[in-house]
Amino acid sequence: MLLLIFFTLFSIILSLTVDARKTLVGFKRGMGMFFNLLPVLLVILIIVSALLYFIPQNTIVQFLGARSGILGVLIAALVGAIALIPPFIAFPLANILLAKGVGYGVVAVFITTLIMVGFVTLPIEIRYFGKKAAFWRNLLSFLAALIIGTLVGAFM
Amino acid sequence: MNYRKLAKDYLWAALFLLFSIGSAFLGFKPGIAIFRNFNVFIIEVLTFLPLMFLLVGLFDVWVPKESIEKHIGRQSGLVGSLWVILLAMLQAGPLYAAFPVAYILSKKGASVRNIFVYLGAFSCLKLPLLTFEIGFLGFKFTLLRSLFTLPLFIVIGVLMEKILGKDYRVREGK
Repeated sequence: MLLLIFFTLFSIILSLTVDARKTLVGFKRGMGMFFNLLPVLLVILIIVSALLYFIPQNTIVQFLGARSGILGVLIAALVGAIALIPPFIAFPLANILLAKGVGYGVVAVFITTLIMVGFVTLPIEIRYFGKKAAFWRNLLSFLAALIIGTLVGAFM
Repeated sequence: MNYRKLAKDYLWAALFLLFSIGSAFLGFKPGIAIFRNFNVFIIEVLTFLPLMFLLVGLFDVWVPKESIEKHIGRQSGLVGSLWVILLAMLQAGPLYAAFPVAYILSKKGASVRNIFVYLGAFSCLKLPLLTFEIGFLGFKFTLLRSLFTLPLFIVIGVLMEKILGKDYRVREGK
């Protein structure tokens, strides 16, 4: 984060010294894109915040730990695909799952679909990529996650 | 400024704000807890994303199309993919923070394959994520997951190019 602030400031100063007018155009363009995205993003974040409250971590742990084998892997993949859990919650959660005896493969599938597949953020993805691309990217990522999980599970 | 559009755009956010303030006054616990969750996200959104978008805007006005086309465009091959993977690894943030970057790369002539390789690398291999993962799940787990992920999202990039065609372009996000 600090690095990003530093890098952005540096870029802005550099850009301003070379051409102030061009910098302003870039500024306006960037901010325009930001305010285009902000309303839909706020709604999604409100929904996710509420979901995180109504589905507490314990429930997720129990749910993921309840089944093993192929069904367990599929459940983990689906939960990971639907949920939008930030990494600082997801990794400790994964750690708890491992401690409860859930297999590495299930945890790997869960983590991979969590970071690659975004069901809740689909409205944003469609704005940028269109329905077709968003659908295929998520589907292919979901299948990839199943393969990754199986492989990690086999090699751990 | 179009006030009607503004009111429509931020209606839900305004209602949520009222609900949160009300919850705080009345001591309504679920409301307070939901706002706490929201707070974590919104800090990220309001600090991180504006900077990202500023950089994207500056990138747009400064970086010539030819240089992007040459390095990560249609003819760039595997080296081009390595460039976008490197770029993605050095970044941070949630996946939706990568979408505006994907747009600007696409606008400047990056190949469809490299756009989706970039998204794959951004979601799975960014360094802040990996350090976090090593801390909680161990080095071996992280290494294995990264090793298996890398070839798969390159395959996804190739497939996406086949599905969408070489002329596909990412939109501005309006």
